[in-house]
Amino acid sequence: MLAYAARRAGLGAVQVLAVAVLAFALVELLPGDAAVALAGDQPDPEAIERIRTAMHLDEPALQRLADWIAGLLTGDLGASLTSGRPVADILANALEPTLVLAGLTLVLLLPLAIGLGVAAARHQGRWPDRLITTATVGLYSVPEFALAVLLVSAFAIGLAWLPPTAVGVPSLLAEPAVLVLPLLVLLARPICSIARLVRAGMIEALDSEYVAHVRRAGVPERRVVLAHALPNALSPATAQIARTADWLLGGVIVVESVFVIPGLGTALVDAVNARDLPVVQGIAVVFGVTTVLVNLAADLVAFRLAPRLEIAR
Amino acid sequence: MQPHLSRRAVLSAAGLTAAPALLAACGTDPAGPESDTPQTGGTLRAAFAGGGADETLDPHRVNLFADAARAKAVFDKLADLGTDMAAVPRLAESWEPGADLASWTVTLREATFHDGSPVSAADVLYSYRRIADPEGTFRARQDLAPIDLDASTAVDDRTVQFVLHHPLAEFPNTLAAFGAYIVPEGTDDFAAPIGSGPFTFAAFEPGRSFAADRYDAYWDGPALLDRLEIVVADEESARVNALLGGQVEYAHDLSATTARANEDNDAVALVASPGSNMLGFAMKTDRAPFDDPRVRQAMFLLCDREQLVESVLSGRGRIGNDLFGLGFEHYADAIPQRERDVAAAQALLAEAGAADLSIVLDTADVGSGFTEAAQIFAEQLREGGLGVEINERNADTYWSEVLTEGQIASYRSGAMPIASHISQRLLTDSPTNITQWHDAAFDDLYLQLQSTADETARQALYDQIQQRLHDEGGYLVWGFADWIVGTAGNVRGVEQAPANTLDWARFDKVWLA
Repeated sequence: MLAYAARRAGLGAVQVLAVAVLAFALVELLPGDAAVALAGDQPDPEAIERIRTAMHLDEPALQRLADWIAGLLTGDLGASLTSGRPVADILANALEPTLVLAGLTLVLLLPLAIGLGVAAARHQGRWPDRLITTATVGLYSVPEFALAVLLVSAFAIGLAWLPPTAVGVPSLLAEPAVLVLPLLVLLARPICSIARLVRAGMIEALDSEYVAHVRRAGVPERRVVLAHALPNALSPATAQIARTADWLLGGVIVVESVFVIPGLGTALVDAVNARDLPVVQGIAVVFGVTTVLVNLAADLVAFRLAPRLEIAR
Repeated sequence: MQPHLSRRAVLSAAGLTAAPALLAACGTDPAGPESDTPQTGGTLRAAFAGGGADETLDPHRVNLFADAARAKAVFDKLADLGTDMAAVPRLAESWEPGADLASWTVTLREATFHDGSPVSAADVLYSYRRIADPEGTFRARQDLAPIDLDASTAVDDRTVQFVLHHPLAEFPNTLAAFGAYIVPEGTDDFAAPIGSGPFTFAAFEPGRSFAADRYDAYWDGPALLDRLEIVVADEESARVNALLGGQVEYAHDLSATTARANEDNDAVALVASPGSNMLGFAMKTDRAPFDDPRVRQAMFLLCDREQLVESVLSGRGRIGNDLFGLGFEHYADAIPQRERDVAAAQALLAEAGAADLSIVLDTADVGSGFTEAAQIFAEQLREGGLGVEINERNADTYWSEVLTEGQIASYRSGAMPIASHISQRLLTDSPTNITQWHDAAFDDLYLQLQSTADETARQALYDQIQQRLHDEGGYLVWGFADWIVGTAGNVRGVEQAPANTLDWARFDKVWLA
């Protein structure tokens, strides 16, 4: 398994680099460059030319890409074209709120989604199942931005129970109240999709030969469900959990902009708008790394849960 | 000193600008009863759209409104623009032109930086030379270009002798240029900036928040607030929510729709500044079809300004007369308002052989109501028999593209003196001449204006220039949008002022009841 993990990591590094190069190419393909974006509604051609020279944008694109990759290999992500701040600083600042949100969401998501899925499966066809199924299908169809706007107007503006945004908050953990509404929005859809997968997996597992066998052997029902059926029921859901983790770690821009949380999603949008290539590439590297790691972790967990399965290559 | 200059000085000394005239013209309630006596103390949190992690406190790098608001909290300029765009002395106590208007003597006020050192002529020259550095990329460089900084000198600690490359009757406008802040001599690092402004720097996190505390020794009298915090919320809806939820006391740049939705909400006060944002279309006068003045005039006549103001601005604005600077100093308000006349437009088009003309209208989502205005205007043109295709461009590069490309483009402009509008956009060598208006006689007229010391004679030249632009210029100006700021119910002293003028975001005069 270790050799497998190492091979996957090596492949991952290549994938990350490919993502960064692709991001570079895509931003290069966008009309205009950082100098034009910075000039905004004062597009004095002379000034744009001076900015371009100052940013070294007059060098060939391939040269800039090669310089950047050379820097990357020595652990240097470069500096922002616009402000000259090190990209590593910008990433660290943007990562913090994203990690806090993603971490808390996952911590709440897993027990809730799995619990709901198991509960529905155990009462298959009866009212708890029907209630959970109806609620999850209904909630799943509400897009994040609509839910966010709805929650803000109801709980923050209307009832004034919770702060509407995280504006000006130095750190999300310092004022946990600002986290409540964003967490609800982030949890809503993943809870639905994962609970439904767990429910389906659980129904299948409870129906299986081996569960019938342990039941015949007189194992208590609680143990049958938690120790025998659940691990098998979870493995189809791990891929979805990994996708959710990846989505959360990418910084969910809708949630970030409604609640004014300066995470990775906001940083990426700002960087693309400013055509700030080093920052875009730095974020692409972070996205690539998290995707590779999350998927590797998911595969390893699925393997642990159900060792008889072949690991997908 | 010249008559108009002393008038400005008097007005500024009395703390007045032309605001009362504009106040009367505006339909919105000012921020609460003015009879309350100002109180000292408290923290004001103000929400602005920001620039993300790339924000800087270098006052010479200001670009966004948030940058300008932070810069004016910590720094001062020699002059700033009043609500009617007339220059108001700030760190400059007075200015005096030489006989030929090509040199100006500026006397500095007795002011101190936050470290206690006096603001001196050397600081002024250092700041201006830093901005004007030919290798640098500072935005105000273009504005300071008329100054020969090598020949300009410090006469004594509080007197600067500016030598210009050519006569400039409106030189005080230059001292008020966007981003022309005075920093202590030698400063190049603005991590913890020291300025002479009403607030001393306390904390800054790019893209998130900025805090500054009252500077008790401020030359214009200490601010009323203990502390000012400027926080960043890019989405307008987030700024409104933060205001409604009590997280901020001031929300900058709200839309007409938001204003309408909160008109009857007692918890917030809306401060609308009329005439702040010019909206229009820029026609390229150097190429077909708009190289024919009759076609441009037909466009003027096909435009239904009332409809545009009503639908795009929800009525929160005023109609334009194809001239920049409604309500500003030197505006030609004697020129009659142009009305829609489809028949006359069609006659002009037929005369120009363009009766079944088809045009491409460039637009982009670079400001609220931009694309909507283009759609409505296109419909108005179609009613006159024209074919119109709307070309929506990329918002990030729109301004740079339409400067040279296309035929007619959605256009807007913030407030600036009318002379700056002409010099930046309407002279043959203007850097952002989007209408491609190249006319030697017009250039001469402008030079003559800048060489005319007598105010009456200069106003006549202003009128002549604006009449020409009204008759056949390339800017179709259909309206002026109100600039809307929202404040909490207890905020007082927020003036109606176009963005980037002296009284805009002037938090040293704001207080909490």
